[in-house]
Amino acid sequence: MITDSAVNRLAAIAAGEMCTPAVHEECHFDAPIVDIEKFNLYYGAKRALFDISMSIPKGQITALVGPSGCGKSTLLRSVNRLNDLIDIVRIEGGMKLNGENIYDPAVDVIELRKRMGMVFQKSNPFPMSIFENVVYPLRIVGIRDKTVLEETCERSLRGAALWDEVKDRLHENALGMSGGQQQRLCIARAIAADPEVLLMDEPCSALDPIATGKIEELMAELKGQYTILIVTHNMQQAARSSDYTAFMYLGQLIEYGPTATIFTNPQLQETQEYVTGRFG
Amino acid sequence: MSDNRTEHVLNKKERFHLLPGLPLIARNEPMLWLTGGALVLSLALIVLLLSYIFYQGGTSFWPQPVEAYVVHDGSTIMGEQAREDTIEVDETYRSQLPEALRAGVTDGEEVERMLIRTANFDVTNTHFHWVDTTELVSVSVPPTATVIERLSWGRFIGTPISLQIQEEEPITDPTAIMEGVDEHLAGIHDVLERRIHLEKATLGEIRAHEESARLESVEVRLEHGEESQHYVEALAAYQVIKEHCVEESASVLAQIENLKKETAPYTLRMATASGQEADIPLEEIVRIYQPNALSFMDKLGLYGARWMEFLFDDPREANSEGGVWPAIIGTVMMTMIMTIFVVPFGVMASLYLSEYAKSGGLMSIIRIAINNLAGVPSIVFGVFGLGFFCTTIGGGLDNWLFPAEVSEGRPVLGKGTILWASATLALLTVPVVIVATEEALRAVPNSMREGSYGCGASKWQTIWRIVMPRALPGIMTGMILAMARGAGEVAPLMLVGAVKLAPELPIDMHGTFIHPERSFMHLGFHIYDLGLQSQNSEAAKPMVFTTTLLLISIVVSLNLIAIWMRKRLARRFVGGTF
Ligand SMILES: Nc1ncnc2c1ncn2[C@@H]1O[C@H](COP(=O)(O)OP(=O)(O)OP(=O)(O)O)[C@@H](O)[C@H]1O
Ligand SMILES: [Mg+2]
Repeated sequence: MITDSAVNRLAAIAAGEMCTPAVHEECHFDAPIVDIEKFNLYYGAKRALFDISMSIPKGQITALVGPSGCGKSTLLRSVNRLNDLIDIVRIEGGMKLNGENIYDPAVDVIELRKRMGMVFQKSNPFPMSIFENVVYPLRIVGIRDKTVLEETCERSLRGAALWDEVKDRLHENALGMSGGQQQRLCIARAIAADPEVLLMDEPCSALDPIATGKIEELMAELKGQYTILIVTHNMQQAARSSDYTAFMYLGQLIEYGPTATIFTNPQLQETQEYVTGRFG
Repeated sequence: MSDNRTEHVLNKKERFHLLPGLPLIARNEPMLWLTGGALVLSLALIVLLLSYIFYQGGTSFWPQPVEAYVVHDGSTIMGEQAREDTIEVDETYRSQLPEALRAGVTDGEEVERMLIRTANFDVTNTHFHWVDTTELVSVSVPPTATVIERLSWGRFIGTPISLQIQEEEPITDPTAIMEGVDEHLAGIHDVLERRIHLEKATLGEIRAHEESARLESVEVRLEHGEESQHYVEALAAYQVIKEHCVEESASVLAQIENLKKETAPYTLRMATASGQEADIPLEEIVRIYQPNALSFMDKLGLYGARWMEFLFDDPREANSEGGVWPAIIGTVMMTMIMTIFVVPFGVMASLYLSEYAKSGGLMSIIRIAINNLAGVPSIVFGVFGLGFFCTTIGGGLDNWLFPAEVSEGRPVLGKGTILWASATLALLTVPVVIVATEEALRAVPNSMREGSYGCGASKWQTIWRIVMPRALPGIMTGMILAMARGAGEVAPLMLVGAVKLAPELPIDMHGTFIHPERSFMHLGFHIYDLGLQSQNSEAAKPMVFTTTLLLISIVVSLNLIAIWMRKRLARRFVGGTF
């Protein structure tokens, strides 16, 4: 079925045609933690996601790649229903977390978000102390016990490879930290409440190679304990640190498979061209 | 290949016309002059206004020399020079001159004249006197000229003749008189203060006690009728309290009489420039000094003392003398109560507008309406406050809570009070708070909110813990802007509770300490009253300027505090990233 030239196929998508995604055999999981089924999303009249179907394996790192504006962030934010905050958003289809429908009207969105952690492209520490930043997810559920808070703070900061740098100034304002430190602080905050899924939207885009390296190491450590869904523009990063990779284009899923296969021997020529940097 | 322009060195004129990056219109000289001129003109006007107020307000308390002017007919006029003027000579002017002087002036000539503050209103029935240079014979600065600031009748300017202390032989030596006055004045002021305390506080409390007992009986009468057993009992109870109060006040009155006797026998005899004599009891004297003999340090001390009196004393002489303490308290308290009303309301409203409401047509209409509300003339708010707060709400509360007072035609809340004035100004300033808060909320980056929601926070948690702290500097700014606006507002206050002279402060040490049902004095209204309503506006002029200076200083300090607080909070909550 993939006989056309890549250019034609991408041109067809750009012209508004639907294409069938190439989902590899290895990516049909029995008990996925997140299961996306025929998911569509509209910003007002503009359709941003087209019939996305894919399942995310538990305890693994899944990378979303694709050219800018293809809907990666939109898909990621749909998992914890952060798109609900935008008035004009409308969705079709469904998404399941551990078998429960995320978009069921009976679902408590706030409880749902508590089960996930999110790291944003631009670090967004709150204007308070480092300590208060990390324990924020605990504070909002009403935990006041000092020992619990302090324990969580240390564990999360260690988890985010930040403890040694900030342990002496936990009560200083978080806005006084460097950009890289701020991003790791946001990761510490995201893992403080032991989420089931960690959503990361280009967490390294504003960081230098050393900080990026630290975060990649961190992801490797967190893997197994947490399921990670990461959006990245950095192909090396996706290749190095993820287990599965999904390639998206203009709101459609094009190919989804094990990272090694996607980067060395993808089924589609377009994927090949994108991951090797020949377009996008 | 080199760029031509880099080779050619531009001369000054060319550079002016080729300023890189400037839009064409900015290089256009006529526009430059027009716009710059407009800016300079408006700045100059503001600077002029401020420096005039600062000069007039800042210098009016500085002791001025007292000069003695001998005029053509041989009489002497003594006083402080208030201002200078010129007058054009014409037929009427000439006809008023004494015969001998008429030849000395020609028609159309400008003659200088001086307004002399002669004081001594009780003796001469005038505060001021014009002296023309045409009739002036000589000017001197008599070292014994003495100025007395009195509790009533305003100032006295003259020379001391004798000091009578009790039954002793009068002192007549000029230096000894001044020394004697200085020696006894402090003691007399102490006694006076005790007396005033007894008259105002102690007697006032007794009367209030009796009055409240009487009102209780009236209330019983209204409820059960005049014939009822309840009323007979209540009346009896009131009689007991009344008798007790009468006894008590009699003893206080006796004390007051004793104190009066203590101060009465001290009298200072003074002579005016024209030789009339007047006896001035020492208890009437606030301050006495000989301005022409004062050293610089003495003058400085006097200047400071006058400022202290101005800031911390009650007004006298139809507000044209004394201080503005009640007006300061009234202004500050009204502004504070207003802030307590306006900030929670304004912040809540803007939270709804910017965090909860979905953006749409209705919301933009509401926003426009709020912005326009800020432009409604303030007197309209005054009328509304009078009708709604004073009459409707206040009247309703009165009927419910104070039937006895209402039955006697003395409303408690159903009239202008500091409470309703504050509520009216809160209404007036709520758009300021809403607009500033909304702006502050909008300036909170969405990434903050998303971060919080991403952690599983509810809407209110996000607002309370993340959005509000971040928006706090802006909210503070809105609050202080509202305070500054409210503190300077006068027109609506005239309808809802500001008065020329309030018998009692809205805050004191009696009963509930804060008395929201009282009328109050206000600096802005004070300025209006002194400057435009006073019978003797020339004498009140210095007070107008100092009060204006004070009001401006209060408003400017509020604004400075706002700027400082904003900076401080911004450093803490916004900070720099990367
Ligand atoms: N709030 C919004 N309102 C309207 N359209 C939006 C909104 N957010 C995103 N879009 C549109 O949805 C499409 C997908 O955007 P999305 O942010 O998901 O892209 P992305 O893949 O994350 O891109 P990038 O790599 O640049 O971050 C884009 O065409 C964008 O213009
Ligand atoms: Mg994105």
